[in-house]
Amino acid sequence: MLEHIELFFKSIFIDNMVFATFLGMCSYLAVSKKVSTAVGLGAAVIFVLAVTVPVNWLLDQYILQPGALKWLGAEYADYDLSFLSFIMFIATIATMVQLVEIVVEKFSPALYNSLGIFLPLIAVNCAILGGSLFMQSREIPSIGLAFNYGLSSGIGWFLAILAIAAIREKIRYSNVPAPLRGLGITFIITGLMAIGFMSFGGMLTGGDEGAKEEAETAQVETVKKDTENKLANNTKVNE
Amino acid sequence: MGLLSKKDAKLITDPLADNNPITIQVLGICSALAITAQLKASIVMAISVMFVLGMGNVVISLIRNIIPSKIRIIVQLTVVAALVIIVDQVLKAFAYELSKTLSVFVGLIITNCIIMGRFEAFALGNGPWRSFLDGIGNALGYGIILVIVGFFRELLGSGTLLGFKVLGDPIEKTGLYALGYENNGFMLLSPMALIVVGIIIWVQRSRNKDLIED
Repeated sequence: MLEHIELFFKSIFIDNMVFATFLGMCSYLAVSKKVSTAVGLGAAVIFVLAVTVPVNWLLDQYILQPGALKWLGAEYADYDLSFLSFIMFIATIATMVQLVEIVVEKFSPALYNSLGIFLPLIAVNCAILGGSLFMQSREIPSIGLAFNYGLSSGIGWFLAILAIAAIREKIRYSNVPAPLRGLGITFIITGLMAIGFMSFGGMLTGGDEGAKEEAETAQVETVKKDTENKLANNTKVNE
Repeated sequence: MGLLSKKDAKLITDPLADNNPITIQVLGICSALAITAQLKASIVMAISVMFVLGMGNVVISLIRNIIPSKIRIIVQLTVVAALVIIVDQVLKAFAYELSKTLSVFVGLIITNCIIMGRFEAFALGNGPWRSFLDGIGNALGYGIILVIVGFFRELLGSGTLLGFKVLGDPIEKTGLYALGYENNGFMLLSPMALIVVGIIIWVQRSRNKDLIED
């Protein structure tokens, strides 16, 4: 239970898709002009992530990983199909998005009307594929956690687009320098928000070094290591 | 320009500045921001995208008349995914360290909006040679921004360029460091990528007033 809660908060705040790994920036910038459309897209992203990450987890576990085909018989045990992950994941995502679109259209026309136009866009949203790829590279151990990861990453993305849409609606009344208007100021605001979100980094560590290392994404990890080395070096020099 | 007619040359030069995929069309931002902490990673990423976009544009343009329009997105995704798998395998074989640094972002070339955007907007309606040029041009425009961001982030963040200590050695206190210069470690963290791109957009739009949004 505790690991579920930890993963949930970690994915929403610390590893926030937009602010820590820049996933789904294209639609984040393109669809954040109005709060109402941002909410629609955000909801669709939560939905699709929560569906595709567990499905891709199953694919990864039973087909793609080295040795995953063992259930077919001992002679399949040394197959390593992991080079096919990209094509399998993207095919799953494209199919699931189509399927979700059909199901939603059939059973909830109201939801379809509000999500409808965003669903096809989502197949090529990097946040969705990124969710599956991070699920794979972080070796999430169970399908429950995979679902949790998909759902909470989606919520993190939703929060980010909601926040920037609200800010952009207000900033229309401010006197921004002309060349910065629109895209430029959005980038800079997102940067400032990302700095804010960095402060969540200490939330779950509680002095536990092991947990802290896990909390960093691969990229931030190397950066951190670099800075830590440098700090260590600097202190050495100072001594 | 014997090889390229004027119109074809425009396909390459346009995306470099006035129709840049990142700063004007707002496509392909994710990877542009995430992997630019080092110049080397930015360059490799730019080359990978150039390969995928150039080849992909040619393939899509060759089969454009036989793709049923209803399933074209899936066809496009399959073509990109196949090309990206090639890039990923090559990187893993010849530059393993680098492929670790780039981590999932090689895979994310698949959903790089530049690629889908160019397929939809150009390759589906033009011949293979022009599509190839358009792909290369857009990848160059994307690469330029990556290299600029990577250059500043690595130079200011770790005082190196491509791993060479161009500003002197921070431990031995040579070069600039002898004067009391310190690296700005903050440049290596993710928020600064956004701010650097924001500043590039600012500079570009102040130089060319036509690009200003209302």
